[in-house]
Amino acid sequence: MKAASFAYAKPGSLAEALALLKRPGAKVLAGGQSLIPSLNMRLSAPELLVDITGLSELKTLSLNGNSLKIGALVTHSQIEKSPEVRKHVSLLAQAVPHIAHAAIRNRGTLGGSLALADPLAEYPACAVALDAVFTIKNSKEERKVKATSFFKGLFETDLKEGELLTAVEFPTGGKSVFLELTRRHGDYAIIGLAVHESRFVFFGAGPTPVVIKAGSLAEAQAALAKVEPPADLYNTSKTKKHLAGVLLERAWTTLSKPH
Amino acid sequence: MDHAVETTLTVNGTPVTQRIEPRQHLVDFLREELGLTGSHVGCEHGVCGACTVRVNGEIVRGCLMLAVQANGCKVETVEGLSDSKELAVLQKAFHEKNALQCGFCTPGMLMAAQDLVRSKQKYTREEIRAHISGNYCRCTGYQSIVDAIEEVVNGQG
Repeated sequence: MKAASFAYAKPGSLAEALALLKRPGAKVLAGGQSLIPSLNMRLSAPELLVDITGLSELKTLSLNGNSLKIGALVTHSQIEKSPEVRKHVSLLAQAVPHIAHAAIRNRGTLGGSLALADPLAEYPACAVALDAVFTIKNSKEERKVKATSFFKGLFETDLKEGELLTAVEFPTGGKSVFLELTRRHGDYAIIGLAVHESRFVFFGAGPTPVVIKAGSLAEAQAALAKVEPPADLYNTSKTKKHLAGVLLERAWTTLSKPH
Repeated sequence: MDHAVETTLTVNGTPVTQRIEPRQHLVDFLREELGLTGSHVGCEHGVCGACTVRVNGEIVRGCLMLAVQANGCKVETVEGLSDSKELAVLQKAFHEKNALQCGFCTPGMLMAAQDLVRSKQKYTREEIRAHISGNYCRCTGYQSIVDAIEEVVNGQG
């Protein structure tokens, strides 16, 4: 399986990147860990790839008051190794070892994963649980979107043509738990759960992250009873729902422990 | 259509400048243009790990990086690390522990395992398994591979 032909540009500035993205058939290339497989399998055939990995302003991580701002090009490995993430946004630190494998974490990026909006991916659920704020730019303006309004459907987001996700702000502190069930380490999740305070967000349970807000375990279980996770190749909807309940109880037990 | 981009990279210490079609991924470039066939092409969608190479000191999937993206990068393959003897201890352990049968996964497995060796830390079998979880072996059942890696990472003083 080899990719079809396409043109390639590696802009040196954000302004240049945003101008290139206005071209018809242009697509953003960040870490490429999902895009390149889809090119190799010819599921995607862009005319122009705009490689944004040269934009150093998208690779920064900064603590501002009550939020940690992470640039879209920060890799999973950088998040995994970051003491700031571990200290201030524990949910992300807990989630990142579940993402694929070491060689993929070295290239895959936060922004790439969020912009792709894979229903089985870890970050979208984390971003929703944390009520993160996304910074989106086009060649004219910048806008901010809350994670809860960013994910629109299966691989569908609020990003419009010519727009680029540049950074994400995560609130710091609070209690978080991340749990995921897979058959083998690094596989796509059968079902997963990202919890921050009283916000329980399941992934693998629908086309977008499924949010349950609950003050008690019974309330959360009642809300989960109404969720119908889509079956995958190996697991029925009923199995996934059962496993979601198992994760919910585990998360509740962890959160209830005194810190 | 010709979209070739002039690309300069260092491969196993040797500078290379070539016009490369953007559609060509790094492992195909190494194998087909440079004749470095030690890195293998398995699944071509990032699942099997047979194409694992090092770019700027970090292991990556050779099939999930375009060769043009390696412009300005330092690329190291199993050939380079064998010639420099960096892999010698690990290779000896793989040999002694029977950590390969057909050998298709071995170059990628060595590249991934060397990551742990370089860190100079000790690892549990579970941690070793997690680190090589992105490298598939269809012959050994992994036990002997973990044995070999464990001996090297935990045996070095």
